[in-house]
Formats: sequence, C-alpha cells, structure tokens
Amino acid sequence: MHYTLCDSILDLYQNSVEANSKNVIMDFIQSESSLIVNIKDDGKGMDSDTLNRVKDPFYTDGIKHKNRKVGLGIPFIIQTAEMTDGSFNLKSVAGKGTELNIVFNLKHWDTPPMGSIVDMLISAMSMDGDFEFVFNREDRERELEYTVSRAELIDVLGDLTRVTNMILLKEFIASQELDN
Amino acid sequence: MAKMTLAELKALRDDKKKEINRRDTDAHDVTIIVGMGTCGIAAGAKDAMSALIDAIKEHDLNNVTIKQTGCMGLCHSEPTVDIKAPGMPATIYGKVDAEIAREIIVKHVIGKELISKYVLDRPASDIMKEQN
Repeated sequence: MHYTLCDSILDLYQNSVEANSKNVIMDFIQSESSLIVNIKDDGKGMDSDTLNRVKDPFYTDGIKHKNRKVGLGIPFIIQTAEMTDGSFNLKSVAGKGTELNIVFNLKHWDTPPMGSIVDMLISAMSMDGDFEFVFNREDRERELEYTVSRAELIDVLGDLTRVTNMILLKEFIASQELDN
Repeated sequence: MAKMTLAELKALRDDKKKEINRRDTDAHDVTIIVGMGTCGIAAGAKDAMSALIDAIKEHDLNNVTIKQTGCMGLCHSEPTVDIKAPGMPATIYGKVDAEIAREIIVKHVIGKELISKYVLDRPASDIMKEQN
C-alpha cells in the first residue's frame, strides 16, 4: 500500500485523468477523527463487470501495460480503508463517469500519515491534459475551507508544467493551507 | 505570509514574467519527466518532484518544464526521472529521492555532469520489440 493518504488519493485521481474526464471534482473533508474523500469524474466509466473485477489486484484491462497481470491502484486504497475501519464505495456507469467515496479513520493506529496536501495538489494540477479539476478542501478542526480550480489557475499562471509557474502554484496552495 | 488571492497570484506571475523577459537568456529548455504511476507514487515520486521544484527555485532556473508520466516499466527503480537537458545525453535516473533530485539539478542540469551511480539504461529497443 502507499506510504501516505495523499499518495493513495493522487493515484486514484490519476485514474480519473486517464479515463479522459473533462471534469474531476474532489472533496477533501477532514475532521479530528476522519478524512472523507469524494472523487467524481465524467470519464469513460466502467460497466458492472469491470467494476466488480477492478477491486481484484490481479485484474487489469491490459490496455496501459500489455504484459502486466496486476492493477494495484484501487486494491491498495480498499486495503488501506478497510483495514483501518474506514470505508470505500465505488460507483461507475460506462460512458458517464465514476464516483468514489472513501472514509479514512484518522484515529486508527494503522492509518497511514496524511502526507503533503500541497505536493499532492501540485502534481494533480500539473498533470497533462485538457480537463478541469476542482478541489474542495475543508478542515473542520482548523476551520479551514477553500476551493481551487485548475482552469482558474491555468488562466492566471499559464502552462502549469513550467517550473516557474509551479513555484508560484506551490506558494499559492501553501498559503491556502495556512490557519485562518 | 497571508492567504493569497488569485489576483495576488496573477500580480506575482506578471512580475516574474517581466523579470524572466528582462534576463538575456540563451538557455535552451530542460524537460524533466517524473514517473508518477502507482509504482512511482509508492516509491516517493511526489517527494522527488517537490524537491526538483525547490532546487530549481533555489538556483533560479527559469527554463525548465516538469511533466509527469505513468509507469514506464521500470517499477524496480522508481522513482524515475527522465531528463533532457542541453549539452547532455537524454538520461533516465532511478531511485531518485529528494537528495538525488537536488543533485540532478545541481550536477546534471547546471554542472553538465552525469551522476553515474543513479543512471538507468534504457532497455535495448530490439528486446522491447520482442516482448511486445
């Protein structure tokens, strides 16, 4: 499994991007005892047969990697959520999109550390592709709340793969994470 | 530091752009590709990418692009960093942690020197074809 929760979430987000989504929305709602992550995309989705098999680490569609026999992204997150008394729910409709609802139990001994939300967002925002990504962040304990939109950031900064822009993006997101 | 608004971000961006335009740079673009598949992420690619950004900021380089890619089939050596810099051969580095990421910027990009210990060879193209 992944070392941090942010690593797991970035991995799942990448599935949405690779499914040719035009819109990806992520809620990231943290309280003292839990982290709720909802990811909703309008990508290619999955039929019910694929949806059942995707939870199996020994299943992959074989499109991305011809000779590979495993697909670990989703099984990793299920393992992390379930072994720490959290929950994982995956809904998908072929041709319409996919929705993931995950609850991590932050009070469980075995829950991985949170990881860097700023680094996760830099990577998520600067992935290649023509799509919108809206990130809704809430930390109830710190009374922190903000929303960032990839389209708005590209509008302000331009190409997010240019490191001069990434540096500014990092400063911007780090400032959103400051206490009120 | 206070919370930044989008308008403030835009002002910062405009300042930076002016500054870059003022400099007489004959620099060619450097392209860095970080492997950000499940394997890369699990091995710490996010930390490597963050360290690359910080090192580029520290050394005030303004001609660098960082792209991300999925798994390149080098899972055993993740995080991998594929780098194309002027005057240097296209190189893939493996097992790049934050410290090696900084070294890549200082030695490979600025110093034009390979860090042999972490260089990964590309598999020969005939072997690749056979497998597929």
